[in-house]
Amino acid sequence: MSIALIVLLPLLGAVFPALMMRLGKNESAIAASSVTILSLVLLLTNIFAISQSTVPQASWPWVPQIDLNASFFVDGLGLLFAVMILGIGLLVTVYARFYLSPQEALGRFFAYLLLFQGAMLGVVLSNNILLLIVFWELTSLSSFLLIGFKSDSQEGRQGARMALAVTAGGGLALLAGMLLLGQVAGSFELTEILKEGEKIRSSPYYLSILALVLIGCFTKSAQFPFHFWLPHAMAAPTPVSAYLHSATMVKAGIFLMLRLWPVLAGTQTWFYVVAGTGVITMLIAAVIALFRDDLKSILAYSTISHLGIMTMLVGFGSEMAVVACVFHVINHAIFKAALFMNAGIVDHETGTRDISRLGGLASLMPISAITATLAAASMVGVPPMNGFLSKEMMLEEVTHATAIGVAWLLPGLVMLASVFSVAYSLRFLLYTYFGPVRNDYPAKPHDPSRGLWLPPACLVVLAILIGLFPEAWAGSITRLASDAALQSKSPKFHLSLWHGWTPALMMSIFAFGCGATALSLYVPVRSIWNKALLPDAKGLYDLSLNACVRLARITTDRSFNGSLHRMLFLFVLAASALGGVVFARSSYERGERELLPINTSMFVGWVLVIVACFVLAWKHQSRLIALLTVNIVGLISSIAFIYLSAPDLALTQIAVEVVTLILMLLALHFLPKEAINEVISWRQYRDIVLSVAVGASVGFLCWAMMTHDFQSISSYYIQHSKPLGGGANVVNVILVDFRGFDTFGEITVIGIAAMAIYAMLDGMLTGPLSATLLKWTSGLRFSPNRHPMMMVVVTRVMLPLAILVACYIFLRGHNLPGGGFIAALVVSIALIMQYMASGFAWADERVHFDYHALIGGGGLIAAITGIGSIVLGKPFLTSGFKYVDFPFIGKVELASVSAFDLGVFLTVVGGVMLALANLSNLGRMTGDGKQ
Amino acid sequence: MIGYAVLFGFAAISIALLMNLWRLAMGPTVLDRVLAGDTMVVNMIALIILYGVQRNTTLYFESALLLAMFSFISTIAYCRFLLRGDIIE
Repeated sequence: MSIALIVLLPLLGAVFPALMMRLGKNESAIAASSVTILSLVLLLTNIFAISQSTVPQASWPWVPQIDLNASFFVDGLGLLFAVMILGIGLLVTVYARFYLSPQEALGRFFAYLLLFQGAMLGVVLSNNILLLIVFWELTSLSSFLLIGFKSDSQEGRQGARMALAVTAGGGLALLAGMLLLGQVAGSFELTEILKEGEKIRSSPYYLSILALVLIGCFTKSAQFPFHFWLPHAMAAPTPVSAYLHSATMVKAGIFLMLRLWPVLAGTQTWFYVVAGTGVITMLIAAVIALFRDDLKSILAYSTISHLGIMTMLVGFGSEMAVVACVFHVINHAIFKAALFMNAGIVDHETGTRDISRLGGLASLMPISAITATLAAASMVGVPPMNGFLSKEMMLEEVTHATAIGVAWLLPGLVMLASVFSVAYSLRFLLYTYFGPVRNDYPAKPHDPSRGLWLPPACLVVLAILIGLFPEAWAGSITRLASDAALQSKSPKFHLSLWHGWTPALMMSIFAFGCGATALSLYVPVRSIWNKALLPDAKGLYDLSLNACVRLARITTDRSFNGSLHRMLFLFVLAASALGGVVFARSSYERGERELLPINTSMFVGWVLVIVACFVLAWKHQSRLIALLTVNIVGLISSIAFIYLSAPDLALTQIAVEVVTLILMLLALHFLPKEAINEVISWRQYRDIVLSVAVGASVGFLCWAMMTHDFQSISSYYIQHSKPLGGGANVVNVILVDFRGFDTFGEITVIGIAAMAIYAMLDGMLTGPLSATLLKWTSGLRFSPNRHPMMMVVVTRVMLPLAILVACYIFLRGHNLPGGGFIAALVVSIALIMQYMASGFAWADERVHFDYHALIGGGGLIAAITGIGSIVLGKPFLTSGFKYVDFPFIGKVELASVSAFDLGVFLTVVGGVMLALANLSNLGRMTGDGKQ
Repeated sequence: MIGYAVLFGFAAISIALLMNLWRLAMGPTVLDRVLAGDTMVVNMIALIILYGVQRNTTLYFESALLLAMFSFISTIAYCRFLLRGDIIE
């Protein structure tokens, strides 16, 4: 449990600093750091167990169907990374408290920071690789929030977006890789996977797994060619850079490569891809770092270069190289975090990070200068700093590695990179702190408050201690982490400052000399660099991103250009093509069922439908005729429903036809009465061919389906409707009982749709469009008689009769054709009739209920009916029914579904009326309506 | 005897429907077509009732009732549309 808590504490605790911000900055920082400390203490309680070579684990099933378990474990490697995440996290919290200005939302910042911390801890402590992916993507998301913390600056937003696009994109590749890995290994638990090294390396999927996992690692750890996002992420506030880009996020890729080292490493491919990428990254980034002027940018490229070193070491595949990598991970985190914080101090106190405007700060900011000098010494690898030790180990390993059969190739490249590394480190230090004191700093520089210089000073002290007494301060943790990474006992090694005159030391001294010399030639070299035409990674990224956007836009515009004709054409074409492919691949046998004799009247009905369709196609320019013929088709459909024994459907169809017609006529008022008369072209012939083909295939499909015997689920409903649902009308019982949950969803949709129509039309009446609407006239002459007497009388007489019919249909619905939906349509039509005959104003005045309330009330009643069954201990929407004997009336069935049906009724009435009344209100506002 | 009467009814209504269809297709004015549609509904009501008589059931009566009650709304709506443009004022 405690292991899961290590991860969960920061995630859950993220709210505290945000809440404590109301009390003040200190309280918020204390809240954030207490969460971190608590988590750290919990972590350290596991040290004893780990040193006894046991692995504390905790596991709960989360989504067992896909093998996703919330399982965590702490071994040496996880411990090392978790300590770094929490330890440096603590220092960064203190630093950020003093770094961020009072105007910046410190509480929000700490909340993001803790979120990120929790996500990182999840990555390093997850046992399940799917869970690891979840946390991996969480780090991408939370780092997006952190990098874009200054959301008012364009660089902040762009940098954050780029980091997200690259790292989250890599995360997708990683997900695929992990899925493959889990399938091949037969388990998604790391502790199991790590035992299956042989099986995975010999699997045919090995190369795919390797490629996908490495894309994930390389994007996260900013390896060439994905390195470009890291310098742009420097738009983040400096504490973020110190945290994310030194110790944690960028190390996640290195962590994963170390984690999977036992199963993936050891092949030629691994060596060339990983070590090769590492060397290239190391060299390129070191060169670029030399020609950067922004302090943070120099450090960013330096970080990329050091990440390259680590990647290269992992790639060597030798056990000692892994030890060196682990040790360098520790050292790099320490000195790079200190340097970032130091760069932040310079920025904070002088007002600029531009190295060309700095220099001579040593006498003005002595404390900062000392920490910077020591940290930079560690970065270059000067004894007795910790960086020296791991650099020597790295060089030692490089001298043993042979690439493409050339012994000097790797050492040569690494030497070259080291020379540049020395040069940019010296430049960073000398050009900032040494040289003549200037008098044009943007602000008056002085040493910062204790809160700012103490965190980096702590790190520098640690760097010296590890440098002087490596075995005591870092020996055991390096050994533990290496054992865990290798999944076996690591080779014997002894960390010490002095190794004797080894080739590695010679290389170091040589590189130092060359680097210093190179820096003295900086000015002429820089002018050549400035003139050189270099590819710009950001430019390429933007270019490809824009190309993607353009492609998406073109595709969308071409297929959905606003023309219904085009959309229908594409849709029908795609549907028939898919159908054609499926049909071509399967066989067809004639159906066995007997055909039914055709009845004369039905034949006439069939003729009516066909002719109506032809008239529609022929006369479609006149919209009124088109509408009329569609109505005829609807009428025949309802008759067909009756003929085929579906009276419920017939009732619904008849009512829906009327409502639809009114809706269409209301809308048609605003449309041109005649459609544009198109010139007959090849397109029309094409469309005719296509539509005939589709019509024929749908007809054939129906024929094929109906002539074959098939088992439908209707028999189940017919059998169980009376005993289970208590109703003889199967259709209604299905609607309100068997599939009540569907109906509940549908009435919700009806309500939402009506509200959306209302909102849209209301916007037209009150928004900028209303001016156009007020001026609009149809330009036609109309009859002066608005409300003919006969119509008014007939509709008013009809109203109570229609309501009576609605009541009748509603009440008998459970046992005979009818129900809430049909009754609602009947009532709506009866009401609309009044609007039509007596005018909107007259009817609106007399309607004493609010349609919105009707929709909401209906939904509420239906929901309460459903929840009622939960209260009684049954699943949602379980119905109950009972027969009660009333005096005089007789036996009456009381069913809970009647209440549900009432909810349906109210929502539908409200929805239909809201839509129609508002649409008709639109017509009143026009120029015609005003007359 | 009633069986023959029903059959005769079916035949007569079918012929009537076909004649309605002729008017609907040929027009010549929109009003002709609207009235053709209206008459078609009247014939359909008769058809439903006859079908009920033939099957000896009252199950279809409500459909005929609903058609009778509301089909005239459609016709009125068309007419209002032609006369006034806006069907609800």
